[in-house]
Amino acid sequence: MRVGVVTFPGSLDDADARRAVRLAGAEPVALWHADADLHGVDAVVLPGGFSYGDYLRCGAIARFAPVMEPLVEAAHGGLPVLGICNGFQVLCESHLLPGALIRNDHRKFNCVDQALVVESTATVWTSGYATGQRIVVPLKNGEGGYVADEKTLDGLEAEGRVVVRYAGGNPNGSYRDIAGISNERGNVVGLMPHPEHAVEDLTGPSTDGLTFFTSALKAVVGV
Amino acid sequence: MSETVKHAETTPEVQQPWRELGLKEDEYARIREILGRRPTSAELAMYSVMWSEHCSYKSSKLHLAQFGQKAPKTDALLVGIGENAGVVDIGQGWAVTFKVESHNHPSYVEPYQGAATGVGGIVRDIMSMGARPVAVMDPLRFGPADAEDTRRVLPGVVAGIGGYGNCLGLPNIGGEVVFDPSYAGNPLVNALCVGVVRHEDIKLAFASGRGNLIVLFGAATGGDGIGGVSVLASETFDDAHPTKRPAVQVGDPFMEKVLIECCLEVFAADLVVGIQDLGGAGLSCATSELASAGDGGMTVWLDRVPLRDSSLAPEEILMSESQERMCAVVEPAKLDAFLDICAKWDVLATVIGEVDDSGRLTVQWHGDTIVDVPPRSVAHDGPVYERPFARPSWQDALQADDPSSLPRPTSGDELRATLLQMVAAPNLASKSWVTDQYDRYVLGNTVLAQPEDAGVIRVDDETHLGVALATDGNGRFAKLDPYAGAQLALSEAYRNVAVSGARPLAVTDCLNFGSPEDPDVMWQFAEATRGLADACLELGVPVTGGNVSFYNQTGDAAINPTPVVGVLGVVADVRRRVPIGFGAADEVVLLLGEARDELGGSEWAHHVHGHLGGLPPRVDLAAEKALGALMAAAADDGLVTAAHDVSDGGLAQTLVEMVLRRGVGASVTVDDVAGDAFVALFAESVARAVVAVPADRVADLEASASSYGVPVTRLGNTGGETLVVQGVLTVAVDELRAAHEGTFPALFG
Repeated sequence: MRVGVVTFPGSLDDADARRAVRLAGAEPVALWHADADLHGVDAVVLPGGFSYGDYLRCGAIARFAPVMEPLVEAAHGGLPVLGICNGFQVLCESHLLPGALIRNDHRKFNCVDQALVVESTATVWTSGYATGQRIVVPLKNGEGGYVADEKTLDGLEAEGRVVVRYAGGNPNGSYRDIAGISNERGNVVGLMPHPEHAVEDLTGPSTDGLTFFTSALKAVVGV
Repeated sequence: MSETVKHAETTPEVQQPWRELGLKEDEYARIREILGRRPTSAELAMYSVMWSEHCSYKSSKLHLAQFGQKAPKTDALLVGIGENAGVVDIGQGWAVTFKVESHNHPSYVEPYQGAATGVGGIVRDIMSMGARPVAVMDPLRFGPADAEDTRRVLPGVVAGIGGYGNCLGLPNIGGEVVFDPSYAGNPLVNALCVGVVRHEDIKLAFASGRGNLIVLFGAATGGDGIGGVSVLASETFDDAHPTKRPAVQVGDPFMEKVLIECCLEVFAADLVVGIQDLGGAGLSCATSELASAGDGGMTVWLDRVPLRDSSLAPEEILMSESQERMCAVVEPAKLDAFLDICAKWDVLATVIGEVDDSGRLTVQWHGDTIVDVPPRSVAHDGPVYERPFARPSWQDALQADDPSSLPRPTSGDELRATLLQMVAAPNLASKSWVTDQYDRYVLGNTVLAQPEDAGVIRVDDETHLGVALATDGNGRFAKLDPYAGAQLALSEAYRNVAVSGARPLAVTDCLNFGSPEDPDVMWQFAEATRGLADACLELGVPVTGGNVSFYNQTGDAAINPTPVVGVLGVVADVRRRVPIGFGAADEVVLLLGEARDELGGSEWAHHVHGHLGGLPPRVDLAAEKALGALMAAAADDGLVTAAHDVSDGGLAQTLVEMVLRRGVGASVTVDDVAGDAFVALFAESVARAVVAVPADRVADLEASASSYGVPVTRLGNTGGETLVVQGVLTVAVDELRAAHEGTFPALFG
């Protein structure tokens, strides 16, 4: 299985995402923002960082990158796409996922080992977890507050599209403690916490994040 | 238009604003002598900024020479002092370059941008050695924690470091946050960066090869950071010219991030002959340093420099400290490939000059020659001062005022109250309010980060090779005895690296002092440099580079002399790193090293009594070396599951931090540690660490300690949800945590 990881100017966690893909047993493929070609990958990760500096709204410029055109089309066709942190912001800006991410309610950048509850295992990226499983992965952002209108939030909950929720306290003011969501089909997932930073005992608070990547591997190649 | 060399030659009588630019009369005379005429306004600008204290080290040079003269013999140093940063061999073909610098004054004026550009500047220093930056650390000093101005400066500095470093994608793995009234009005914002490079890829700053091109790349040049030089512009130009330029630079971390990636790609393709970052003194510094380190001369066409502000005068362009700029020397045949990579990353790149064999640095402005100087005279032949220094008249009285008369807690209740008061003291309290604003995970190679003793970064995924870094400095100790204080800073940083399982290799230092024109301060500086050089020799760790920051004072009141020392160590296998936290119950807790009744300059005297006097703890470098060797062996053999040095706040603080890290309690006795429980818990004697050892390995550790000559005291065992000092006090982990973690949020929101 080949997993593309997009590098925008200002992407920071792209190498980490490629490492996580490799540790999960898949082949990482570096994709370039200016290249409107997915090079036949089986899944795509939009990594964390500050694409184009995020001086405008986070992800607002990245959504217009040439690579996003085939990506959006493929995502509508069922290609597994995982957006982490800035990648989640890009997915919202691209309207692949509803809602938006705004500045943390405490107005500070916040880097912590965050407890999460996996609420939906019906997505390509979380099928390897147990429903209700508590995991710990790093959270690090300045603009991680998830917001959407009431109707959208009700819809997400009714359809089981809240993928991960913050546990042990809301770190940033996200509505209904939402940390990550999926599209209707469950192939596109976006979340603010960083599963790619929890794939090795040596460098992460746990290895809980690895299951995101092994889940996708299983979904695509069936192993 | 700007003043030409021709004009200067024919008008020797013109009065020039050398005094306003900070030059002394004899310095101005010397410039005239070097040139055989009066300087042009552009030349005057270049000399004034390059001969400033900041760029020329004119007051410190004589003393800094000791770091070379007394350097220990080592094979590890690949590039020494004098380049942008020192380079150290860590084996397996890998090298590491690291350096700490100050950005103190700008961070007081404008905390966010001052601190942010401090990070940016040190990162570019590391890049200019051909290395990939892999981590940063920030030793910080502020005035009293509850002072109103600290509430302005600290949040701004922390947000600036985070805002820049996080956006750059470099993990922040350590540093310090220290409060003392002496830093009110003079906060210290030091920034350290470490980078890794393969031996064969090390780059140096020199311009050689006639016909090679000088390429300026990165951000366009604006009016920021010009400060004092605007005096020239206002003299030279009419009133329509914008006169007041901001003295503090403004950073663009996104530009720096793409500049890093662009540089690394350019390095990998072997497209540069030499490279130099643009920091203090901007193009003046970069061009004169590149030219004087090369083998010929250089011509610069200054009007080709891309500008953000088209009204900038040539003097200002030469001076501008606009951030995120680099200068490369490129062979003409490789220029297109170089420019292609810059275009890929949307980085502006412009050929602004050419290497020649004239032996001169000439700067052209629309066809006129406005600078024509021997480059070495600008970059390296600045004035050297033998500043007078003398032991301050108050030093003896300060040392005589020892803390022995301060009331000490004796009963269990008093000691318990003191312990809770101490762990909540701003200097000892949890710094997570600060460090949680920094990304410590990015790049995925952070093995240890604050609040661990040292930051540890994996360098090689395959072989598990890594490096450890710690910075320390105690201004109170240095005030009491600057010779010993500098050695104690080294001693502690060395220990922090060693207890993490690393072998200390090399040193960088940031020497923060008051005005060198004050003989008291100059004595402190002379003593501190002498102490540090002597200690580096004894511990076998050379100084590879660093920075001096003078004039940290308000009126006559100088800061406590604050030598901040960074120690780099190598970890052969990062999987064997040793964390500070107790990890499991029923392990044996041991104290390594000896305690004495040493409380002069201690955190207890400072926090509880507001007292500073007496002598700092006795320096014992031999004991430090023995402890380091023992800890390296213990890490290799997997004998210890946790280790934490004993320093600020004494054994009590060490135990509290080991308990709180992972919420595993401990029960200990301090009866065999020192004279009484108070001294045992709060003295700050050096060369000590607490370790946790599985019960079946205690004999092995004791045997090893004995072979290295390190005294061992059994303290007790891990486990439970309390910290118990038998016969003295018991505190629940939750109560400790509330005290330790409540301070910063209460102070800063």
